[in-house]
Amino acid sequence: MKPLRWLWIPIVLLVIVLAGGWWLSQRHSPATASQEDPAIAAMLKDPGVIAKGRYLATAGDCGSCHTARAGHAYAGGRMLPTPFGNIPAPNITPDTQTGIGNWNFNDFWRALHDGIGRSGEPLYPAFSYTSFTNVTRDDAIAIFAYLRSLPPVHEANAALELRFPYNVRSTLAAWRAVYFKAGVYQPNASQSASWNRGAYLVQGLGHCNECHAARGAWGGLEARATLSGGQIPEQDWYAPDLSTKTNGGLQGWGRQDIIDVLKKGQSLKSAAVGPMADVVASSTQYLRDDDLQAIADYLLSLPARATPAPMPASFDSQSLIDRGNAVYTERCANCHGKDGAGVPGVYPPLDGNASVVEPTGINATRVVLLGGFPPVTVCNPRPYSMPPYAQQLSDADVAAVVTYIRHAWSNHASAVQERDVATYRHTPID
Amino acid sequence: MCMRWTIPFALLLCSVLAHADQASVPDTLQQRIAACTTCHGVHGEGSSGSGFFPRLAGKPAGYLALQIQNFQRGVRKYAPMEYTVRLLTPEYMHEIAAYFAAQQVPYERKPVPALAPSMLQRGEQLVTAGDPARQVPPCQACHGKQLTGTEPSVPGLVGLPYDYISSQLGSWRTGTRASAAPDCMAQIANRLAPADITAVSAWLANQEVPADTHPQPAGSITPPLRCGVLQAQGDGA
Repeated sequence: MKPLRWLWIPIVLLVIVLAGGWWLSQRHSPATASQEDPAIAAMLKDPGVIAKGRYLATAGDCGSCHTARAGHAYAGGRMLPTPFGNIPAPNITPDTQTGIGNWNFNDFWRALHDGIGRSGEPLYPAFSYTSFTNVTRDDAIAIFAYLRSLPPVHEANAALELRFPYNVRSTLAAWRAVYFKAGVYQPNASQSASWNRGAYLVQGLGHCNECHAARGAWGGLEARATLSGGQIPEQDWYAPDLSTKTNGGLQGWGRQDIIDVLKKGQSLKSAAVGPMADVVASSTQYLRDDDLQAIADYLLSLPARATPAPMPASFDSQSLIDRGNAVYTERCANCHGKDGAGVPGVYPPLDGNASVVEPTGINATRVVLLGGFPPVTVCNPRPYSMPPYAQQLSDADVAAVVTYIRHAWSNHASAVQERDVATYRHTPID
Repeated sequence: MCMRWTIPFALLLCSVLAHADQASVPDTLQQRIAACTTCHGVHGEGSSGSGFFPRLAGKPAGYLALQIQNFQRGVRKYAPMEYTVRLLTPEYMHEIAAYFAAQQVPYERKPVPALAPSMLQRGEQLVTAGDPARQVPPCQACHGKQLTGTEPSVPGLVGLPYDYISSQLGSWRTGTRASAAPDCMAQIANRLAPADITAVSAWLANQEVPADTHPQPAGSITPPLRCGVLQAQGDGA
């Protein structure tokens, strides 16, 4: 990354000159309230539209970023960590000074659909407009109506914490040219209504790709890598491949397995861990059954990607596996079973679990270290939990047991080394 | 981490997960909370050996629930705890707090550093009489005559390890532990001299635990300072 950063500077200077003028020409004064189109103004007051917007805002998990820990809902303040620095999520309550109280729907639409702020400034794509551009105008009106119905909270937005040159907003013009194309979701006529609804939720409002796809060097999503799985920058979790691939994807999953993970937090195949546990708790558990089925229909239609052969271990992993087998028998088999099958509805299986065999080994390593609860949901209000082993197992023992479970039964994933465990030993908080 | 706001949309209908072989897993809270009991003990007795993981058994339920909530909100800071409890609902949190509050297990003595008698005397003075010159009230004023705590939200101080008490007082001074404003414990911890923390922690950790470890009844104390946690009566919600 280091040499690349230096290469950026001449590009940045050029882009500043070109985009700066364009940007200034696009600005308009944000100080006063914008007039609202009367037809839209009427919709914004409609309780039915507001209720729909509340559901859609939940489906989009807007509150999760736009709410600080222990803060007022949607009043912003949460810092989103990126490899380029921290970006604060702004206040989107209708406060006129610090929120979106002076916005009209067109301002909102430009942000959501085009990634352009109210003053004409390009927005940082930590706000996932690369996905939200798929959202229809009617749905956007409903979400805006809901946000406008919230109690205004006076909470000033925090300052950006980006490093140079990323803190120069006009550099985004180059980024947008490479990674962003505006456009509402276009239904695929050869697919069912449910499939199209699922694709719309997954690609658009649900912004699943923002975690479940690999990112390029500049933090953009590779267009061909849709839902192929990816490491979440800065958070050190891996969002698995959502295609029906074996060893790391949803191979063998049925419709109900997908619905159960999203609604209850765990299914016969897996349990949501890490950031996905938060997504289930604050968003997907509240989705209607028809929407969950639509998501399942869409995901199960994704063709299996070829599984790359696991990298041959650069060291003798057999002794690691033997040691891991011993740790597993002593610490893990009691709940997850000698056969790695888990206990249905109680303890997730490890055999064939996408989070266990994802390419990096991060998820299994961190779950062994952290333990904890799967999502506590309306449908699973008192889940069984797992002990954290950070205090009890050495890095070598964690590496051994994780290597073992990634290799046992039908699993064929690469070994995890002691130094990897040391890297991931710290506990995430936010 | 998101704040949980209540979103009861239309009543969610929950189908039951297929249960093939559940008989082998006890349907008890104790079985469900392995994430807690690994460090705090199956009955909340705390970790044996070093005293870093505190005893939970017998502490007032309101106090325990409030601590879980404080970890969720980031008011009380300890990353492994913050991670573990981050998604607990108020209902589950209260159930877990009530479980540990109801446990009755013997206390285990933890190592205490050897201190000069004058230090222990200073510790005793702070606990029983306070230090008016520093505006420090006696611990007994709120934590009870027997130092076993007061319902519903003041924890007992006897039976706690030296390491734990001293690190908590230190946390209040550095702002990594806090309570509802006005945060009286933060005020008191900041009025103590650093050596007072050692003295009071060691004296407390040296005390024999009384036969009856139940907290004093609610309403039996008059707080010498204004304490947010006492005004809210610490329902933990």
